[in-house]
Amino acid sequence: MSNEAVLHAPAGAGLHHEAHGDHHHEHHHETFISKYVFSMDHKMIAKQFLITGMVWAVLGGLMSVLFRLQLGYPEASFPWLEDILGKWAEGGKITPDAYYALVTTHGTVLVFFVLTAGLSGTFANFLIPLQIGARDMASPFMNMLSYWFFFAASIVMLSSMFVEFGPFSGGWTAYPPLSALASASPGSGTGMDLWLIAMALFVVSSLLGGLNYIATILNMRTKGMSMTRLPLTIWALFFTAVLGVLSFPVLFSGFILLIFDRNFGTSFYLSDIFINGVGALPNEGGSAILYQHLFWFLGHPEVYIILLPAMGMASEILSVNSRKPIFGYMAMVGSLFAIAILAFLVWAHHMFVTGLNPFLGSVFVLLTLLIAVPSAIKVFNWLTTLWRGNIRFTPGMMFSIGFVSLFISGGLTGIWLGNSALDIHLHDTYFVIAHFHIVMGVASMFGMFAGIYHWFPKMYGRYMNNTLSYLHFWITLAGAYMIFWPMHYQGLAGMPRRYYDYSVWESFKQFAELNRFISTVAMIVFAAQLLFLFNFFYSVFKGRKVTTQNPYGSNTLEWTAPINPGHGNWVGEIPEVHRWAYDYGKDGQEFISQTTPVGADESSH
Amino acid sequence: MSTIANEAPKRIHPHKFTLWVAMGSIIMMFAGLTSAYIVKKNQSSWLEFDLPVVFMYSTLVIILSSVTIHLATKAFKAREMGRYRMLITVTAILGLLFMGLQVFGFMDLEARNIALTGARSNSAASFLLVITGLHMLHVLGGVIALMVIFIKAYVSSVKNYSSLSIELVGTYWHFVDILWIYLFIFYNWIS
Repeated sequence: MSNEAVLHAPAGAGLHHEAHGDHHHEHHHETFISKYVFSMDHKMIAKQFLITGMVWAVLGGLMSVLFRLQLGYPEASFPWLEDILGKWAEGGKITPDAYYALVTTHGTVLVFFVLTAGLSGTFANFLIPLQIGARDMASPFMNMLSYWFFFAASIVMLSSMFVEFGPFSGGWTAYPPLSALASASPGSGTGMDLWLIAMALFVVSSLLGGLNYIATILNMRTKGMSMTRLPLTIWALFFTAVLGVLSFPVLFSGFILLIFDRNFGTSFYLSDIFINGVGALPNEGGSAILYQHLFWFLGHPEVYIILLPAMGMASEILSVNSRKPIFGYMAMVGSLFAIAILAFLVWAHHMFVTGLNPFLGSVFVLLTLLIAVPSAIKVFNWLTTLWRGNIRFTPGMMFSIGFVSLFISGGLTGIWLGNSALDIHLHDTYFVIAHFHIVMGVASMFGMFAGIYHWFPKMYGRYMNNTLSYLHFWITLAGAYMIFWPMHYQGLAGMPRRYYDYSVWESFKQFAELNRFISTVAMIVFAAQLLFLFNFFYSVFKGRKVTTQNPYGSNTLEWTAPINPGHGNWVGEIPEVHRWAYDYGKDGQEFISQTTPVGADESSH
Repeated sequence: MSTIANEAPKRIHPHKFTLWVAMGSIIMMFAGLTSAYIVKKNQSSWLEFDLPVVFMYSTLVIILSSVTIHLATKAFKAREMGRYRMLITVTAILGLLFMGLQVFGFMDLEARNIALTGARSNSAASFLLVITGLHMLHVLGGVIALMVIFIKAYVSSVKNYSSLSIELVGTYWHFVDILWIYLFIFYNWIS
């Protein structure tokens, strides 16, 4: 059976035909273009986001392998590097400019294109209509635009890697003056122009998507699906969308001022600058710190935009595969809410050493440390959900447990970094790198893997291979810890981030072998991701077929839809919801679907 | 489907709701800019200057346009299509007039030797240009939306009794109006 047939076997059994059971769909003609390219079906758009995100993840990951090569083997030269990078690796050694360009693009791509668009874009699109009982998003057309703006942003960002002086190389945060002056560094010219265009398109994409997610969750729920009966995935995706809709516009304002500084000679961020070879600039009175405020007002909520979907999916998957109700449903929702509020009140902890008033700093310390409270509530609830559960170690479950582990390890170092006094020593060191890679990068990546493994049967009507999945899980988990754990020690020893070559620094020479170890593991972990890619694409076409509607014995609505749902999701009426999503192991029944009416001997949820 | 539609509680139309969230998003953008303005104002080398007088007139124009679009919505609901078309045309023209007056304001500043961009510019004037300019773009978006529903009112051969489009545009139009009033008050008194 071809993939076409698998994906769209019941296509047309959607909105317009359910009433009269008409099986002659010739007039409901879908072309290749309307089905796969400019699709308005939320499930296809989700897959588009997923595949584009995967392409970016491979590119971004490959970039990290390349710059880790420089950090691990600063003396060595690799002739094959010149073959693939050309003038960026003359003599087989990555040039400093190329190194910074790789670091910058790795950061931008992973944060925005993979873990924002790839994660929320995929799962918000896929899960929201299916889990709340809607036929599609509030505005399928805006949803399609959201993907295509993301695609355009991807193309522009990709093209920036092929311009003469390379992509932007001033760090993913794009601080001025490096980002504001074309003459400041090689990548600050055309590379930065393309970076800004790509990011502007990306912001538009996120806003279109976020508006849709919020409107859909609040307005399109099926009968009986009250807010407190929503699965936690939907709550998490809801708060993610709210964070995005409120914080991306502020980043956009920061970018607009940056564009004026770059192109129209204004002085919002620039003051008293002398560039070697250019001379003194006329700009006066600007403040680079202003950009940092605007950037981090998005930047901090952004880390929760990345993390919350992973939290939501982990909650759902842990509960389903522990065969137990989620522990403390309302506390989970409340802590998501608390995190969403606090996300807007802590941005200055990224700026403790910018000359911020220490008194103001202490307020931000307090607010930052407060995030530990909802985070701890969530961890406690995940652990108590697992506690004495009837655990099924499916690949999705493994990655969810791995997510909890990484969230704890990375979260604890957040308490260190949230202190402005400790930050004097730790800022801009590898300690920070280790912290945010574990708690936001790898943890969210694990959430994404968990989601893919868990919902793959719903997406493609087939299963992925479990053996490859377990191999992928263990190499990635062990590898993630082996890469980032040693970085804590390097950071405590004061090793700064973003340096090109540590072997010339007397104080950091001692880490030469540790750096080599980290680089080696990074390569192995990257290779392990190819297992996942193979498993994914092989299973899309050749995986074992799903034969039962509800393979996990799950309560949520997506498993009441056909195995390969068409556009419109349910044949016939949308099911009505009578209870919350977590009635597992209740009254001696293994699971009770949300569509099951509350019995006479039960109290209602 | 039909049973669900009948039994479900009456909810706000999803498009209207989306518009409200989008307006929240736009508010955040202007909140970001005006707070940057305040931060900047409290730093050294901030240029103090009087606002262009013409901003007073543009404020009156945009308030007037809010009145006309309100009347247009009423006319649509009363099925007075001639009056409706006339009123949305007037609204769109007032919108364009507003934008023209804002440009006059910028020219007035340049004439008073207060550079908005370029090497001589002070960020006080540049901020005025950026914030006011972005607001103008939002008004332009409203004008385009008006033109779309205007063309709809002529072209559509099917009689359409749904007032959703005009209500959406009307809400958005009042929003950009209030946004300008906020900015006007902000420039004059808050900052």
